[in-house]
Amino acid sequence: MTTTSVPEQEGPTSGRRAALWRQVMPLALLSPAVLVTLAIVFFPMIQTAWMSLHNYVLFRPKNFDWVGLQNYFNIFQDEVFWISLRHTILWIVITVPAQALLGLATALLLNQKFPWRPLARALIIIPWALPSVVIALMWAWVYDSNYGILNDLLLRVGILETSIPWLANPDTALYAIILTLTWQGFPFFAVMILAGLQSIPQSYYEAASLDGATPWRQFWHITLPGISGVLFTAILLRTIWVANSMDVIFVMTGGGPGYSTYTLPLYSFLEARTNLDFGYGSALAMTFTLMLLGIVVLYLKRSAKAVQ
Amino acid sequence: MALGRKSTLRRVLTVDLPMLAILAFTLGPYLWMLLTSLTAESELFTRGPSVFDLVWSNYERLFANVGFARNMLDSLIVAVGTVVVGLTLSVTAAYSFSRFDFRFKKVLLMQFLLINMFPLVLLILPLFVLMRQLGLLDTHLALIVANSTIAIPFSVWMMTSYINGIPKSLDEAAMTDGCSRLQAMRKVILPLCAPGIIATGIYIFITAWNEYLYALTLGGQNVRPITVAVQTMIGEYQVQWGLLTAGGIVGALPATVLFLIVQRRLVGGLTQGAVKG
Repeated sequence: MTTTSVPEQEGPTSGRRAALWRQVMPLALLSPAVLVTLAIVFFPMIQTAWMSLHNYVLFRPKNFDWVGLQNYFNIFQDEVFWISLRHTILWIVITVPAQALLGLATALLLNQKFPWRPLARALIIIPWALPSVVIALMWAWVYDSNYGILNDLLLRVGILETSIPWLANPDTALYAIILTLTWQGFPFFAVMILAGLQSIPQSYYEAASLDGATPWRQFWHITLPGISGVLFTAILLRTIWVANSMDVIFVMTGGGPGYSTYTLPLYSFLEARTNLDFGYGSALAMTFTLMLLGIVVLYLKRSAKAVQ
Repeated sequence: MALGRKSTLRRVLTVDLPMLAILAFTLGPYLWMLLTSLTAESELFTRGPSVFDLVWSNYERLFANVGFARNMLDSLIVAVGTVVVGLTLSVTAAYSFSRFDFRFKKVLLMQFLLINMFPLVLLILPLFVLMRQLGLLDTHLALIVANSTIAIPFSVWMMTSYINGIPKSLDEAAMTDGCSRLQAMRKVILPLCAPGIIATGIYIFITAWNEYLYALTLGGQNVRPITVAVQTMIGEYQVQWGLLTAGGIVGALPATVLFLIVQRRLVGGLTQGAVKG
């Protein structure tokens, strides 16, 4: 970076050097970030792909046998894979719409005028800032079968007759975690949608109400089209995020009871962590990534447009 | 909205009350955890948590027996390290993205966005193998590197959008006055970016502080960040919910406080990209 001291436009030789420098400088400024990400992100990713083509179990680290696509063939005959896939789909199609709807309702409320609006807006985002481990701990306490407040409340109101071990029951465990994740993620939607709402010109509503449009019609014809772009982006982003997120499940149930809260990323992680089978775990991670790729590409295309 | 003069009662029914309900859902579990942590362990299962006679005993035990202070120090080192790495690498890159046109600019910019879309498992397995080969398992460095995989791309995007908001004419004016490009960047643009740099740094700090799976996989006996410590406690002190919830409150505190301080600026930066689309 010593060439910086060369003043631009000073004689023909240094002028040429300056011109060269002007071309190289943007890349020189970029290179540290790009090189480091290559080293710590893209190189490891290629390694995952490489490991997935091998039989690689960590307690026999000497054995690194090429097996080609065998791991991938095994995946399709693996019952746990199909169970995890089903849970992953359930997990996404319930959590994301629930987050979106609750977020939309919250955003519409926050867009109204009321005296404590700034306070409400600050408090609503708190779940977003909490560590997922703490979220998992907190909700495990809420769901606790003996002393949890959820059972306590439902028993008192009379909805339940005996307390339910929410996280230990295979029928309820996944849904209990889905509620937790909805809680964690809806503020993100609320904040994004609120920003979209505030970008709709007030004059549209004034004109509409002069024409006698009911609030419902205003919502349908002005508000919804106005936020559709933001909403779609948020849904894509959230789908990716929810699909990937496994730390809350890992802490709350570790995938159990049985396989009842296994999702694909969690399965891949557990395969490597508890069975130390990095070959098969990598193949699972690759398969899951490829499945998610469609949504990722869609999101990237939208973002690329926004960048221009 | 344009309904003229709404009566206060109507506003309370349609806005204030639903908002309160949503806030109760949002804050309820957190407040319940707080209340539990302030209840003596002996009373927890007999009478349940209550707002009367709150005690600090759970917190005292937390720092005396569990050794939470060391875990917080580990988290602090990792988070600060990640902030330093993330910011130093990304600021010049962001300036370049914002001010120059060059070939593959868009591809390069998009690849930073792409990184954050990949599942963590895709990185966590090879990073574990890599750190093991390098003998870096259970060190702060391993965790800083792992967290940087998240921090660098995020920070590049945040800073690029921030610098985009600073008029190019400022660089040009500085250069007319005899500054070189790099001097213009250092002396004019960077000081103007300070608020953006601080907000981005705080966000990286929060993310690194809250991170769990890398910490679990790449940490160990020597380096055990607070999130792993909380999770380990869940296993060890299974039914001692007073102690556990105290750990949860303490573990979440730094991130929560920081977040509330900068949330306005941060939320603006995060949503900007989406609103444009």
